[in-house]
Formats: sequence, C-alpha cells, structure tokens
Amino acid sequence: MTTSSITARGLRKAYGEQVVLDGIDLDVPAGTVLALLGPNGAGKTTTVRILCTLLPPEGGTVTVAGHDLATDGDGIRAAIGVTGQFSAVDPLLTGRENLALMSDLWHLDRTAGRQRAEQLLARLDLVEAADKVASAYSGGMVRRLDLAMTLMSDPQVVFLDEPSTGLDPRSRRTVWEIIEELVSSGVTVLLTTQYLDEADRLADRIALLDGGRIVAEGTPEELKRSVPGGHLRLELADQAALAAAQQALGERARRVGGTLALDVPGDGSVREVREVLDRLEVAGVEVERLEVRTPDLDDVFLALTGHSASQESSEDEEAETDHELEAVR
Amino acid sequence: MSTPLAITDTATMLRRNLLHMRRYPSLTIMLMGQPLLFLLLFVFVFGNTLGAGITGVGGGRSEYLTYITPAIVVMAVASVALGTAVSVASDMTQGIVARFRTMPIARVSVLAGHVGGALVQTALAVAVTFAAALLLGYRPDAGAADWLGVVAIVLLLALALTWLTVALGVAADSVETASNTPMFLLILPFLGSGFVPTESMPAGIRWFAEYQPFTPVMDTLRGLLAGTPSAHDAVLAVGWCILITVLSAIWGVRVYHRKVTG
Repeated sequence: MTTSSITARGLRKAYGEQVVLDGIDLDVPAGTVLALLGPNGAGKTTTVRILCTLLPPEGGTVTVAGHDLATDGDGIRAAIGVTGQFSAVDPLLTGRENLALMSDLWHLDRTAGRQRAEQLLARLDLVEAADKVASAYSGGMVRRLDLAMTLMSDPQVVFLDEPSTGLDPRSRRTVWEIIEELVSSGVTVLLTTQYLDEADRLADRIALLDGGRIVAEGTPEELKRSVPGGHLRLELADQAALAAAQQALGERARRVGGTLALDVPGDGSVREVREVLDRLEVAGVEVERLEVRTPDLDDVFLALTGHSASQESSEDEEAETDHELEAVR
Repeated sequence: MSTPLAITDTATMLRRNLLHMRRYPSLTIMLMGQPLLFLLLFVFVFGNTLGAGITGVGGGRSEYLTYITPAIVVMAVASVALGTAVSVASDMTQGIVARFRTMPIARVSVLAGHVGGALVQTALAVAVTFAAALLLGYRPDAGAADWLGVVAIVLLLALALTWLTVALGVAADSVETASNTPMFLLILPFLGSGFVPTESMPAGIRWFAEYQPFTPVMDTLRGLLAGTPSAHDAVLAVGWCILITVLSAIWGVRVYHRKVTG
C-alpha cells in the first residue's frame, strides 16, 4: 500500500501560446483515490488525457502501475480503465454488445467475458436496457454503460474524468458506490471533479488545480484546516437587535447580505462561543439562533485561488473544450 | 504490436462494422441502389442511341449493356467507398475511438475493420450489379480464368478506393465533408472509358480520360468479361490500384494517429 500507483513529475503541456499544465507533480498510492479538483480550464482533463496515454506531454515523467509513459505506453494501457467526459460507447450497438466488444478487444475468454458483462450490467442497473441500442439511452444510462465498459478488463488503475457531471442524483449515487467498491477491492482511482462534495466524499487526497498548477494538496481535513473561514452565524429577531449586536461585538461582526444575520469569524471553540454570547447578554441582545460553521472545500478553494471552484472562467473553459474536441476528432 | 493481435483486433472491429450494417441496412441498400439506377437509366433511356453510336449500324441497347456493365461495376465499388468515408468520419466524432486509444489494441485495427466491412459490402454490391445486368440480358463471354481476373481486379479496386475513402473520412472535419469530398469517384467513370469510348472526346478531356486510373481498370474488366483480356491494361490497372492503396493507407493511418493523439 505504500507504493505509488500513479506518479507524475513536472508535467507540462501547452497548446501554442497557452500553457495548460505548468509543472504538475502527482503521487497516488496504490488502492487510494486522488481527486483533482478545480474549475473548468484548470487542466484537469489534460492531466487525465496525458496519464492515460491519449496525449503526449511536452515535459515531465509519468509512471502508471509501474510502467513508464515514455517507453511503455502499451503496458500502461493494459493496466488502466478510462471514463472520459464525452461518452465512449458505440451508440449503434446495444449495451450488451458494447460490453461484448470490450471483452473481445481485451481477448477475454468467451464465457468469462459474458459473465463479467452480466455482472456489470446488474451492478450498474442496466439489465433492462441491455438489449436496447445505446443511442436510445438517457445521459445517466450512457455514463453507467461507459463505466461498465471501463471496468470490463478489471483495471488496476481507473481514471474518471468528471464521473458524475450531468448525472441525475440516483445515477450519481450509483457511480459513487461503484467507486467506493473499486477502492475497497484495491483499485487506484484518479478522478477529476468540480464538485466539492464529491471530492470530500470519495477522495483520500485532494489536489487543487488552478491555472495549470497544483495550488494545494492534502487530505480533505488537512485542506480545510489550512485555511481560515470558520465563523459563528448569529440570527437576530429584528433590526434593533441587529444594531445592538453589532455595537456589542464591534468591527469583527459582519452583516450577511440584507438578512438579519451576523457572521463572527472564529474557530468554533467553546471559549469563543461563550465570549460572544456573554457580550451579547451584557448588551441585552436576544439571539434567535446560533450556528457554528467550519470551513468547507469551497472556502479552501476561495482562500487559495481567489475564486470559487464552481465559478467558471468561460474563456478558459472554451479553450480547453476546443482542444478536447480537436483531440477527439 | 504482434501480427496475431492485429488480426484478432481487426476481426473484432470488422464484426462491429458488420453489426452496424445489419442494424442499419438502409445505407447499404442506398449505396447498392445507386449504380443500379445508372444501369437502368443508361440502358433503357440512352442505350439504343449510344449502342448504335459505339458499335456502328446495327448496334443497340444490348450492345450498350455489354459496353457499360464494367463501368457500372466500378461505380458500385465507388458507391460503397463513398459510404465508408461517411461511416469512418462519424466514427471519428464518437468518443469510442478515444476509448480504443486507451486500450492495448492494434492501432491499425479500427481502420482495417472499416476496410474489411467495406469489402463485404462491395462484394454484395458487385454481385447485385452483375445479377441485374444478367437479368437485363447481359451475357459475358468470360472463361473461368477471366472471371478470376475480374474478381482480382474488383478486389484490388475496392481495396484502393476503400483505403482512399477511409483516409478521406479520417481527414474530414465533419461527417458532411466526408460525404462530399469523395463524390468525384462517381464522376470519374464518366470522364473515362466507362460510358463512351475516349476517342469520341475532345482533345483535353480525352487526354485526361486516357490517363486517369479508372480507364485501365474499366478496360481491363471489359476485356476480361469479353474473354479478350489485355495485359497492357491489366498492368496499368493493378499498378494504379496498388499505388492508391499504399499511399492512402499511409496517409489515413498517419492522420488517424495524429487526430486521436491531439
């Protein structure tokens, strides 16, 4: 469990003038999940495309499952499974035929291949749709079939590029459960996401990617602890109480928009909460409700990059999407 | 990549393409119908006059049928090739090709599978064309050896045109482009010895018609089917086919590789 399943050092990639990856270092220990978290255009997809041999890097070294990208691309391809953002199913074939195609291309034994396909169809909730052509599938079904195809070969390392983007809540939960099962069976997973809750739930470690660089890396807890952003939220009954509370607490209390609430920065310790409430009591202010808020990953992102993870820089997004389409064609 | 793997993977890709054809037969039927339409049009509408013009007084519809059947066979091959460009181009727009690239499979197999599928379609289309011509009263004088020659030439032509259209399909920016660029393949038999002898053409066009690749192919087929093959035409025909196949395959695989690598 101590060996790294995915290692990258100094990964660089540029499209003409535009630098997409500016020296990325990654280490993903075997049997763990790393989430690459970042806004569109941060370089998440480019990183995945390089690691799964679709795109040659301009600089840096990569090993995946013990195979060097520069010398043994086939070794990497034999060990990995990839589910990208754009569906990679054959729309003219049925679900079952798509899985049979994978079985043939992986040179699986016919019986073993069929068994594996049936298992995956059942696991991914596709048994009823198995004999319908994939072009008739809903977006969620296509994504699940895509994942099933990726898993046909029993890969050691799985790359998932935004696995739950555009999924309905039920499909999303299914995908999450599958990922958790994979990891518990020893598979290494690298996923990209724009969703903080997804990274928080699935990842052992998170790498925050922004503008082609990793701006922070650690466990979700480490990242949350590393930034300020915790506070007490006080809700007050009326304007008069609000004004009185503001006066009692001084400048550190911030009003929350146009509401009757105040935010007081702090770490949420009992001592701090008591101190705030004591002051308010002395001033005779009645507090309706009190909430202790610890920083979430969005606060981390905001603190480290100056912008929110879910906020999209549309120019970058278009640039990266263009390159992706170009590469897919 | 070892050879057995390349063959296994190509067979898998071929099965995939055949499955596509079986599931959506309308394209195949349309591609096979096109040359039949030309056959009927030229034999029944223009056949009497053109037949008389080609063979002199006394010639007519049945002489013209004998004259153009090789051209219609070539058109059948070209027509299937047109469809191949479209199916390759639409494949290239699908994410499945990117998936194939992340798997340890023989790289040539995706394109080779398309070529294999097209050869199966071509065999069907050419058989249908001959059957239609026979129904209309066509009676070739070819012996067994001549027929073998016909099969060999048709196969070589199919390989050449298919690899060419596979490459055009890979290189096309969109499915629409891919369906337009190979249209010239359907025009070339007209600008050759397919429908009227090249001697009857004005100087500039005649020069082009005599030197373009379709003319020796059609002349070879015509000679074989009449039981009077010409070695000179056959050498030219085989040479052209091999040249087009090799250049197109190299170009197609190179562009494919560049496109999927991004």
